[in-house]
Amino acid sequence: MSKFKKSSNTSQEIPTAALPDIIFMLLFFFMVTTVLRETSIMVEQKLPKSTQLSKLERKSLVSYIYIGKPKQVDVYGEQPKIQVNDVFIEPSDIVRFVNQEKDKLSEVERDQITMSMKVDIDAKMGIVSDVQQELREANARKVLYSSLKRLD
Amino acid sequence: MAKGKNRPAAEVNSGSMADIAFLLLIFFLVTTTIANDKGIAMLLPPKPDPNEPPPEVTKNDRNIFKIQANSLDKLLVEDEPLTDVSALKDMIKDFVLNFRNPSIEGKELYNSLPATLRSHVQSKGKREDYSDEPGEAVVSFKADRGTSYELYMRVLDQINAAYNEIYGQRIGMSAEEFLELDKSDPEQKALYQQAREGIPRAISIAEPNKIGG
Repeated sequence: MSKFKKSSNTSQEIPTAALPDIIFMLLFFFMVTTVLRETSIMVEQKLPKSTQLSKLERKSLVSYIYIGKPKQVDVYGEQPKIQVNDVFIEPSDIVRFVNQEKDKLSEVERDQITMSMKVDIDAKMGIVSDVQQELREANARKVLYSSLKRLD
Repeated sequence: MAKGKNRPAAEVNSGSMADIAFLLLIFFLVTTTIANDKGIAMLLPPKPDPNEPPPEVTKNDRNIFKIQANSLDKLLVEDEPLTDVSALKDMIKDFVLNFRNPSIEGKELYNSLPATLRSHVQSKGKREDYSDEPGEAVVSFKADRGTSYELYMRVLDQINAAYNEIYGQRIGMSAEEFLELDKSDPEQKALYQQAREGIPRAISIAEPNKIGG
């Protein structure tokens, strides 16, 4: 009898004290590697894949232009549209948009503004080159065609 | 002394800590996107000055590598149709490193190249219809309004790959390593400039045709 009594004395609990630490580690990882989503993207974004990718050097100098088919086809139609911040714009509004973005930067950095173009692969070059012409007009000549890494 | 107070150590129940951390974790998972700000960097040409007439094209025709794409995503490269986009890279490399008729600077540039690149140039021979020297070579890419963005990016990728491979080989690196060079580090920046010296990345994106073909 006494034999069995002794063995039942051991505690069967698994220590879970380290669990919060593990979760916190995951949490910090996500906090560091991610950025808060600033705008809700209203166009489809299937980015093209390419091999020769270069990184953006200074995040603060970057403005984004999204081009693609609107997600709400029944409201905005099927044609690819240009989205900046939270609104759809026409190519002729690009100059104003660039100037707005430039105003946010300090004087010395204004010419270094980089436009990151996030274009859906189903878009045609017509709309992209319209945007490019307007960017030249607005003197924002540094462009990054946002793209994913091709694995082959 | 406190002989009678043989109590167990005071413990705060931390079992729910994990739950709190999980809540935070899920919040971050949902509200964030992983930053994927990578892509192909380009510098657009400056706006043409309306007071000045457009500059005359002084480049010899053979110094321009012409790539054209139509609205059916068909390519015309140096006036001949091309179906395999991935062949472009080697064509451009041969085109740039041709040294058909180099000037004095071109000869100096050739002599400064590492042995691997020089043997590459030798093995290809001099082509009459390719560039005089790397400093003169221009890759021109003209897309139609109806060309898909996907093809545009693939061609642009190939052109950049050709240049990056040349730059990389010049300093004994692969194209990927060349792209990874950190320009804020003076040592790596010197390497970067050494690689690019004398071989400009001359990519001309011509304005597309107004009429879809």
